[in-house]
Amino acid sequence: MPAAESYPDDLKYHPEHDWARIEGDEATLGITWFAQDALGELVHYEPPAVGAAVAKDESYGEVESVKAVSELVSPLSGEVLEVNEKAVDEPETVNEDPYGDGWLIRIRMSDPSEADSLMDAAAYREHVAEQ
Amino acid sequence: MVATLKRTPLYARHVELGARMVPFVGWEMPVQYKGVIPEHRAVRTDCGAFDVSHMGELHVDGPTAPAFLQEMLSNDVDRIGDGEAQYTLLTNEQGGIVDDLIVYRFAPGQYLLVVNASNRAAVYDWLKEREPRGCEVRDTSDDYALVAVQGPRSLERLELPDQPAFTHAMGELDGIEVMISRTGYTGEKGVELCCAAEDATDLWDAVLARGAVPCGLGARDTLRLEVCYPLHGNDITPETDPISAGLGWACALGKEFTGVETLRGIREEGPARRLVAFVMEEKAIPRQGMPIEGGGEVTSGTHSPMLDRGIGMGYVPAAGSAPGSELVIDVRGKPRRAYVVEKPIYRKET
Repeated sequence: MPAAESYPDDLKYHPEHDWARIEGDEATLGITWFAQDALGELVHYEPPAVGAAVAKDESYGEVESVKAVSELVSPLSGEVLEVNEKAVDEPETVNEDPYGDGWLIRIRMSDPSEADSLMDAAAYREHVAEQ
Repeated sequence: MVATLKRTPLYARHVELGARMVPFVGWEMPVQYKGVIPEHRAVRTDCGAFDVSHMGELHVDGPTAPAFLQEMLSNDVDRIGDGEAQYTLLTNEQGGIVDDLIVYRFAPGQYLLVVNASNRAAVYDWLKEREPRGCEVRDTSDDYALVAVQGPRSLERLELPDQPAFTHAMGELDGIEVMISRTGYTGEKGVELCCAAEDATDLWDAVLARGAVPCGLGARDTLRLEVCYPLHGNDITPETDPISAGLGWACALGKEFTGVETLRGIREEGPARRLVAFVMEEKAIPRQGMPIEGGGEVTSGTHSPMLDRGIGMGYVPAAGSAPGSELVIDVRGKPRRAYVVEKPIYRKET
């Protein structure tokens, strides 16, 4: 079942509808409820390779629904530590639990100060309301 | 200029049902309600309902109508009697496909053509320009609504008798007068119900009350592609011919119709390229316009809900078109392997 709309307070948000959960110098990344709802049921996740570099505001992979393809935009720069294989094998996990089991990659941040430019949940909710 | 999108008589119903509405060839249509995949599965396992009122209805009537349609359409229209229907093509002088359509015969000299929404004006203009004495072509599309009810349980849910495919009759569903056709675009048993535009909401409500799942254009596309029904504008166009597209079975090459000489030549020499069906070997979803290595192109692509894989159709050089042939598809710069399969891609287990 698709998840209900939510934007957790402990996350940072990128305007392209990607989220980051920051823990020390590591961050877990995914797409927001709004993004997965706009795409519909995901059927493919093309992840980056472990060890690859990702750059803030740049694409690091793709997700696809039956009808559409969407670039994944990284909210932060760093190196890929882990790819969520469950999301690769069962992309619908992203629809079901976008902030939990449906995370996409974990990175080691190269510039933790970048997080300051991201939105908090309240600002992101306003951003979504304007869409 | 902002073009105004047309709406079918069921627009308000779609919005009430929470459909995601999208522009489609000048119409504002539901792409999905609950989701493409559950809607697709409903049609494969039970029963789904589609608003296809955007499609065009053209009446062709008069004593010279049979001869006129024989000249205009690729299939042998004399092979159908009253109450029967036929898949056929409107071809141009080059043998290209102006539209693919279904012709219904009501009585001698009384025909209905159900044409693609995108080609309604093109087909009408084409026929009107060539209309002979003793025959009248009328576009009656706005007078009718069309609801497709498809799936293995569709007839049971509608309590309709199982008539042969490609037959039609006037009838009634829960008090609404409808033309019932045993036709569809999903590969499943089902009917297309045509009613007066003012009865559309009553018909839709009756069909849903009988348990049909509302389905959008998203599922319509995945369903038709799994069974390799071509989509005009993607897989077949005025620049592609029916022989290369594998639609030779809908062309009576022994009779005279527009472009038949060219088609006989292609049949004789064998087409240079063929429209094939393929399944992805690697995880990737093919999309329309992606190049196929060796001089081919994807014309339709999607994720198959039944196979849980990327599937598609595309033109490839005839030499590499046999089932089992390897294809390499350029998925946004990444080469991804696929292989040619027999049509249809999805076949019901019996």
